[in-house]
Amino acid sequence: MTTTPTPPVPMVQEVTPAQSSRATKLQVRAQEAKTRLSSPWASLIAVVIAVLWTVPTFGLLVNSTRTEPAPLTSGWWHFWGPDSAFSMTNYIRAWQGNGGTPLSDYILNSIVITLPAVVIPISLALLAAYAFAWIDFKGRNILFVGVFVMQIVPLQVALIPLNTVYVKFGLSSSYWSIWFSHTIFGLPLAIFLLHNFMKEIPSSLVEAARVDGAGHVKIFMKVLLPLLVPAIAAFGIFQFLWVWNDLLVALTFSGSTTRPITAGIQQLTTQFSQQGNILPSAAILATIVPLIVFLSLQRFFVRGLLAGSVKG
Amino acid sequence: MTHLATEPARVDAEPIRQHRWLSPVVWLAIFAAIGAIIFYSLSPGGKPILYSANTQHSWFIDMIFKPTTVAQKLSVMVLAIVLFVAIMALILWAVDRTSVPKPVLIAGFLGPVVIALTSGLLWTALKTILNSFQKFDQFGTQIGWAGWANYGHVFTPANKEMLINTVIWIFVVPIFSTLFGLVYAVLVDRTRFEAFAKALVFLPMAISMVAASVMWKYIYYAPAPTGRSEIGLLNALIGTVGLDPVNWTTKFPVGTFALIVVMIWIQTGLAMTLLSASIKAIPDEIIEAARIDGATGWVLFKSITVPSIRPTIVVVLTTIAIASLKTFDIVNVMGNNLGINNILANAFYSWMSVQQPGWAGAAAVLIFIVVIPVIVFNVRQMRKSEAVR
Repeated sequence: MTTTPTPPVPMVQEVTPAQSSRATKLQVRAQEAKTRLSSPWASLIAVVIAVLWTVPTFGLLVNSTRTEPAPLTSGWWHFWGPDSAFSMTNYIRAWQGNGGTPLSDYILNSIVITLPAVVIPISLALLAAYAFAWIDFKGRNILFVGVFVMQIVPLQVALIPLNTVYVKFGLSSSYWSIWFSHTIFGLPLAIFLLHNFMKEIPSSLVEAARVDGAGHVKIFMKVLLPLLVPAIAAFGIFQFLWVWNDLLVALTFSGSTTRPITAGIQQLTTQFSQQGNILPSAAILATIVPLIVFLSLQRFFVRGLLAGSVKG
Repeated sequence: MTHLATEPARVDAEPIRQHRWLSPVVWLAIFAAIGAIIFYSLSPGGKPILYSANTQHSWFIDMIFKPTTVAQKLSVMVLAIVLFVAIMALILWAVDRTSVPKPVLIAGFLGPVVIALTSGLLWTALKTILNSFQKFDQFGTQIGWAGWANYGHVFTPANKEMLINTVIWIFVVPIFSTLFGLVYAVLVDRTRFEAFAKALVFLPMAISMVAASVMWKYIYYAPAPTGRSEIGLLNALIGTVGLDPVNWTTKFPVGTFALIVVMIWIQTGLAMTLLSASIKAIPDEIIEAARIDGATGWVLFKSITVPSIRPTIVVVLTTIAIASLKTFDIVNVMGNNLGINNILANAFYSWMSVQQPGWAGAAAVLIFIVVIPVIVFNVRQMRKSEAVR
């Protein structure tokens, strides 16, 4: 229910010599159709829209490099006019806090929050997905459907009771509360995704290993894990960006020493009159890490997105 | 039961089979119950179970629960990762013997997940539903039952704009995101700069909504005082055609639509990516056959492309509708704390922050209730499309 139905991939049909001349003719016409479609006008409009789409990002980027007080007194489209020069000082000041909490603290917290919040659900979900896919037990389907259905639970319904639990354990506003929360919210998707990949692995592989006397652990580590790397990457990237960009869990569970970058930026926006000059630089700094992750691993991210678009 | 006398052997076998049928589920239920009992019995008198900030601890315990320096924070991070990977390895090592009975094996593999999900999602959801019928004082302590009063509080005239906005959000955002995404996916399909153009439109999906809201702040910025230059791009643009600047995010319903544009800006990338993948999967032969029949441009789009990707369109619409319902970041950052910009998800957050689990619970349950039919619709559409195939 959370995945896009994968459309049937057109099979490449083997062409017999008798058919080949017709096939080539078809291919030529398809090629013609393609070139007709990719008219310079369509290309131009596409690029223009894409550029328009980046205007807000571009504006912020320009504003982040304008010296004080330009971001608060004139529009970014004036660039580095008479009242402002190009400078990176706003980045340095944002990094050092400009009188408030340094951005470096928030980014450190984001890193400390994000890495375990990605690794913990993956390790737990690997165990569960293996059991669901390769250990035959009665009641398995019910349990799996139960886990699957939990994907649709909006995390809003969990926050307040979870907080009371954390208070009881003395974990409130610690990293542990944030790690556990993200783990819980990420698990259903992780299990679902990894289970689907595990199911696609031909059972003959697993059977062969079993005949050779391999136990569950050996099968898991030696046969399945290497094949699961794309699935783990897909979920890992998705979860990484989700946790890094999350605001709701951050505001609910983090404290003054554990606040991540999103909550930090949110706080800066409430102090606009004092911190408006460093706000653009701070927002850009908050965006760099997810942007690098996204650009370098876009393929995996899209795959995770296809599977997990209703998470949370 | 009538076979009891005639076929004793089969009747005997039946309950055993049923037991085996249930044993793992029972095992896991026992796990959950033990967890619940430990949780409730171990916290007498309000003293935190694991860590109390008020008592003296060794530096190591302090580091684990309240790390302060950079080195400490990074150590705890590494520790947490190692701890969970070690737990996983330990479970694997413990269950990997032929002598281990199957229920133990299954409990080992599934136990951690079942505990996490039953306590973290199932129990919390039930508790929230319970909370939504309870009454709380201003410190968030339960003081009796409220009946439907918390739900009544959500539907008061004071929240009229919030409710209207929520409806606008869950309809307008998916419709326009999907429309733009579809048009763009078709437009950009097989053009020269396809990858580059798609990456630019998809980019907003990768950045946080907080950062996106900061970006749009400089589009919607309030009118500048007379004699000063505009900071917001939109006011500067309408100024060039002689219109008076507008305070975009402080009036109803302009504010809501201004915020919705930000969400559309973000979600169009998602719609485009999913729809583009779907369009590319339409077999060339179908397109070619339609072309031979004389279909071009709009007709081709309407009668071939759209019907072929209908299931994906439904998924995209419902996905974005749910995302719009649950997202609060944009309203929280750009809404100026005004009731006229509010939506249900943000109302939930505000009520949670002012220690009102009853109101917040009602809002959360309402979000859940709205999500369910959308997902059911989604599943039914997918079933239908699978049946056709």
